[in-house]
Amino acid sequence: MDAESLLLSLELAAGSGLGLSPDRRAALLTSLQLVKRDYRYDRVLFWGRILGIVADYYIAQGLSEDQLAPRKTLYSLNCIEWSLLPPATEERATQMAMVKGRFMGDPSHEYEHTEFQKMTAEDDVVVQVKEETRLVSVIDQIDKAVAIIPRGALFKTPFGPVHVNRTFEGLPLSEARKLSSYFHFREPVGLKNKTLLEKADLDPSLDFLDSLEHDIPKGSWSIQMERGNSLVVLRSLLWPGFTFFHTPRTRNHGYIYVGTGEKNMDLPFML
Amino acid sequence: MGDPSEAPSRQYTNPRSFQGPDGRRSQESSQPQAAVPEEVPQMLLSQQRGSQGPPSGLPQTNLRWSQGASLPENENWQTSQIFQAAEAPMGHSEHPGFPLGFQTHAYMEDSRTLASEHTTNLMLQQLQQGQGSLFQQLEPTYHSPGASFLSQFDSSQREDQHFRPSTQHSPYPRDDPGSPRFSFSEQGFLYYSPEVPEPQPRDLAVQNAKAYLLQTSVGSDLSLYEHLVNLLTKILNQRPEDPLSILESLNRTTQWEWFHRKLDTLRDDPEMQPAYEMAEKQKALFIQGGGGDREQEMEEEMMETVVPNIMESAFHLEQASVGLSSDESFRIYLALKQLVQQQPVHTCRFWGKILGLRSSYLVAEVEFREGEEEEEEEEGEELLLEGAEALEPHGGEEEGEEDEEKVVDVVPKPQWKPPPVVPKEESRTGANKYLYFVCTEPGRQWTRLPHVTPAQIVCARKIRKFFTGHLDAPVISYPPFPGNEANYLRAQIARISAATHISPLGFYQFGEEEGDEEDEGGAGRDSFEENPDFEGIPVLELVDSLANWVHHTQHILPQGRCTWVNPLQKTEEEEEELREEEEKADQVLEEVEQEIGPPLLTPLSEDAEIMNMSPWTTRLSCSLCPQYSVAVVRSNLWPGAYAYASESLGTSTSAGVTSTARTTSTRPCQPQSSRSTRVARRSWRWATPRWRRSRPCGLPRSRLWRPQRRRRRTRRKRRTRTWRTKALQPLPPSR
Repeated sequence: MDAESLLLSLELAAGSGLGLSPDRRAALLTSLQLVKRDYRYDRVLFWGRILGIVADYYIAQGLSEDQLAPRKTLYSLNCIEWSLLPPATEERATQMAMVKGRFMGDPSHEYEHTEFQKMTAEDDVVVQVKEETRLVSVIDQIDKAVAIIPRGALFKTPFGPVHVNRTFEGLPLSEARKLSSYFHFREPVGLKNKTLLEKADLDPSLDFLDSLEHDIPKGSWSIQMERGNSLVVLRSLLWPGFTFFHTPRTRNHGYIYVGTGEKNMDLPFML
Repeated sequence: MGDPSEAPSRQYTNPRSFQGPDGRRSQESSQPQAAVPEEVPQMLLSQQRGSQGPPSGLPQTNLRWSQGASLPENENWQTSQIFQAAEAPMGHSEHPGFPLGFQTHAYMEDSRTLASEHTTNLMLQQLQQGQGSLFQQLEPTYHSPGASFLSQFDSSQREDQHFRPSTQHSPYPRDDPGSPRFSFSEQGFLYYSPEVPEPQPRDLAVQNAKAYLLQTSVGSDLSLYEHLVNLLTKILNQRPEDPLSILESLNRTTQWEWFHRKLDTLRDDPEMQPAYEMAEKQKALFIQGGGGDREQEMEEEMMETVVPNIMESAFHLEQASVGLSSDESFRIYLALKQLVQQQPVHTCRFWGKILGLRSSYLVAEVEFREGEEEEEEEEGEELLLEGAEALEPHGGEEEGEEDEEKVVDVVPKPQWKPPPVVPKEESRTGANKYLYFVCTEPGRQWTRLPHVTPAQIVCARKIRKFFTGHLDAPVISYPPFPGNEANYLRAQIARISAATHISPLGFYQFGEEEGDEEDEGGAGRDSFEENPDFEGIPVLELVDSLANWVHHTQHILPQGRCTWVNPLQKTEEEEEELREEEEKADQVLEEVEQEIGPPLLTPLSEDAEIMNMSPWTTRLSCSLCPQYSVAVVRSNLWPGAYAYASESLGTSTSAGVTSTARTTSTRPCQPQSSRSTRVARRSWRWATPRWRRSRPCGLPRSRLWRPQRRRRRTRRKRRTRTWRTKALQPLPPSR
C-alpha cells in the first residue's frame, strides 16, 4: 500500500484481521518518509509483514518513476531502521525451495540442509542458507505471484515507461467483481500468447499486463465485497495472508501481505 | 493593442472564418451577404465579450468561443489583435455562429509550422495589394442542417449564436467528403492568387471539414466534433496540471462519460443497491429498540449486560497488531447486543472471525440460560430419529425381496461391521460446552451452529478445506466428511477452542477439591471458576515463560470427545490408533483402551512441538513502552489465534484475557500423519516413557506432565508464589 495513504489503507485492509499496532503505524509514517527522501524513490510502498518466531520483518518497497522497473526492497525489525535487501536471483530461488518452515526472525540465522550427492562418493554437502536470502526470494516469489493492481491504475506511455494514471477514477462496480479487471503487477508473461482477436479488443496503453483470469490454479483468488458493495477485497489462497483491497469508483487501492511467508501447497485439495 | 504575441497565432487566420464587409461582398456569393447585416449586432455582442476596444467598424475577430467562459484569454486577445492589425482596412467580421474556434486549436498544432510563415507572407502581400478576395473566401460557417443541433452539445455559457442554414452549393470539385483535410494549410485557400475561379474555396473547405467531423461514428451517435468539444470543455473546466501528459486518459474518460450519463435524481443507482441495503440493516443496529422511557432504558443498560466490552478487548488486540478496524468492532458489539436480545443468553463472547471464499463468518460463543436449550435439542433429535426410522423399514423390505428371488444362490453377506459410533457429548459438556452462533456481517441474522459429534472432529482433523461462506455448502473431501459446511465449521471451532483458549496461570482455579480424580481417568475436572485472589502476573514474566499460561478448555481426545467413552463393542480401532501414534507395539500404561489427555489448566510449556518449533510465540506488544504494553501470545499451530494479557495496575483483577482466532480454516504445518497432530502428540508424550522420546529443544520445559497431579500441583503452586513478597502460607491440608 502506498505510504502516503497508509492509514486509510490499513483501515480498509483490516477485514483480514491482521493490521498494525498504533506504535508501529506511527513509526512507519515517519520512517517511510525518510526512506523516500534518502533513497530518492518516486513512491514507497509498505509491502507487509512476515511473521517470524522470534521477531517479525516489516517490508517496504521503493519504486522509481517507471513503475515496472525492478523494485528495491527494504526490511526492518522495528519499523524505524531500514536495510536494503539484495535483488533476487534465480540461483537463490532454487536454493530456497529446499528450506521449509517458519522464519526465525533473525536475519543472520542460517538454515542448514544437506544436499545429497549422487555421483560422487563424498559426504553429503551441507549447504547453509542465510535467512536474509530466504527473505529476499520469498518476497520476490510473492510479488511475482500475487501482487496486483486494478486495471487502469497504471498506463504505458508510448516511449515505454509505465506511469501512475492520474485520471484513474476507480473501477466501476460492474467491473470490480471480475477477475479480468485486475492485473499482475509485474512484467507480463502471457500477453504474447493471446490470439489476435483478443488483442484487438485490448487497449495498448492500459492492457499491457497479465490479468488474473488465467491464473493457475483456477480459483486461487477469493473475491469478496465487504460493507455491502463498497469495498472489494481479494485474498490470495496460494499465499495466505495476502490481501488486496479497492474501493470501487475511488482511487483507493493497495495490497498488503501479513503472513508467515509460506506457500499454501495444499491449495488444490482445499478448494 | 500592442499584443506582443501576435505572431504565433497568425495561423488562426487560416481556418478563421471571415466575411468581407459589405463593400467587398460584390464578389462573394449570395450566402454570406445576407448574414452580414444581422451578424453585425452579434459581433457587437461578442465584441463586448471579448472586450475589444473598437466597435464593429473594425474587424471583430473575436474568437467566438462556443464553449464556456473559461477561455484562454491571451489567445483570445492574440487572435483578435492579429485580425485587427492585419485587416484594419477591411471590416471583417467573423460569423458569429461558427464555433470553429475549437477546431482551430486542433488545427493549430498540425498546421502551425506549415501555415504560419506561408500564410503570413501571403496575407501581407494581399494586404498590400489591397485585395479583398483573400478574406472573402473563407465562408465561416457550415450552414449545415446539423448546425442547429450543435448548440445542444456545446456546453453552456455559450452566447446565443445563430446558425444559418446552408445555402451555398458552389461547385467545389477539389474536395472529397471522405478525405481527411485537417491541415487547412494544404487547402485551396493557400492559393491566394486571384486566379482561383471558384468562389470561396476556403469557406467550402471549412464547411467540408466540419461536415466530415460531424459524421457520427459507426457504433454510436457521437461524432468527433462533439467529442472534441466535450474534451476541450472538460479540460478547460477542470484545468488539470500538465494536461498533455494525460491527454489520452482524458480522451477515454470523456468518451466514457458520454455513454454513461449519471442517472437523474429520481432513480437510485442500481449498482449500489446492495450497499444501501446493508447500510439499512446496520442502521437498524444503531437504533435502540422499542419506545419507552429514555431514562428507564438507560438505567437498564447501565446494569450488567451479558455482552462483554468488545471495544476494550479490540483496543488491546490492536496493541498486538491484531484485529478488525474499530468501527467494525463496534458494529460487532451492536450485533452481539442484538443476539442477546433475541436469544436467551447467559454469557456471551465474541469468538472471532473466520475468512471464507465468498464471505466470512463472525462467530459468537454463547451459553444459554439453564433449561432454555433443551427444547431445541430435543427437536433436533426427534428429527433424526424419524429419519432413521424411515430408513429401517426400507431396509427390511429390500431384504425380503432378495430372499424371495434368490433362494438358491445366496450372495455372501459382508461381515464387515461399521465401527461403533462414538456418542456425541452432552450439551454444556466437553466440546459442546458452548453454543456458537455465526453471521456473515453485523446486521444480518445470527445462525446457530449444531453441536459437534466426535466423528466430525476426527474427520476434520484429516482434511483441509476452505470455507465458502455458505453454511449449507457440502464439504467434498476424502475421507468424506459427515456433514455440511456448518458441521465442518463447528468442528474446526471446537478444535481451535480446545487448542488455543488460554489464560494466565492462576486466573482460573478449580472450584472445589474433589477427591479421587485419577479414577475418572483423563476427564478430570471440567469446570473452573475465576480466582478472586488473582493478582496478576507481570507482563515480562508472561512473555518470558510459557509456564505462566494455561489452557482453560478441555483437550479433545483422539476419540473426538473430551471425556472418554467406551463404545459398546471392543475398542480395537482405538487401540490401533494409539499404536500408530506411538509406533510401538507395547504399551507401558496399564489402561490400554482408555485415552487420556492432559487435564484442564495445563500450562503451555507442556504442549508438544511442531516441526522443531514451539507451538506458541510470545511477544511484548510495544518495546518502546514496556510499562504499558500487553503480553501477546500467538499460536503457531493455528495462525490467527492470539491471546493477550495485561498486568493489573491496581489490586483488582483486571487481567483480561481474550483469545480471538481468525484462520483460513487451515491446519497448518501438520503433515498428514496422525502422529503429529497436536492432540495426538499430547497423549503420545504422556504415554511413552521419557527415555523413548527424543529430548525436545526449545523453551525450557518444566516438569514433565505426569498423572500424579496432586503432587505436581502443590509444587507448582509453591514455585509460582515465590515472587510474592509475603512468606509462603501453609498449604491447606486437602492438597
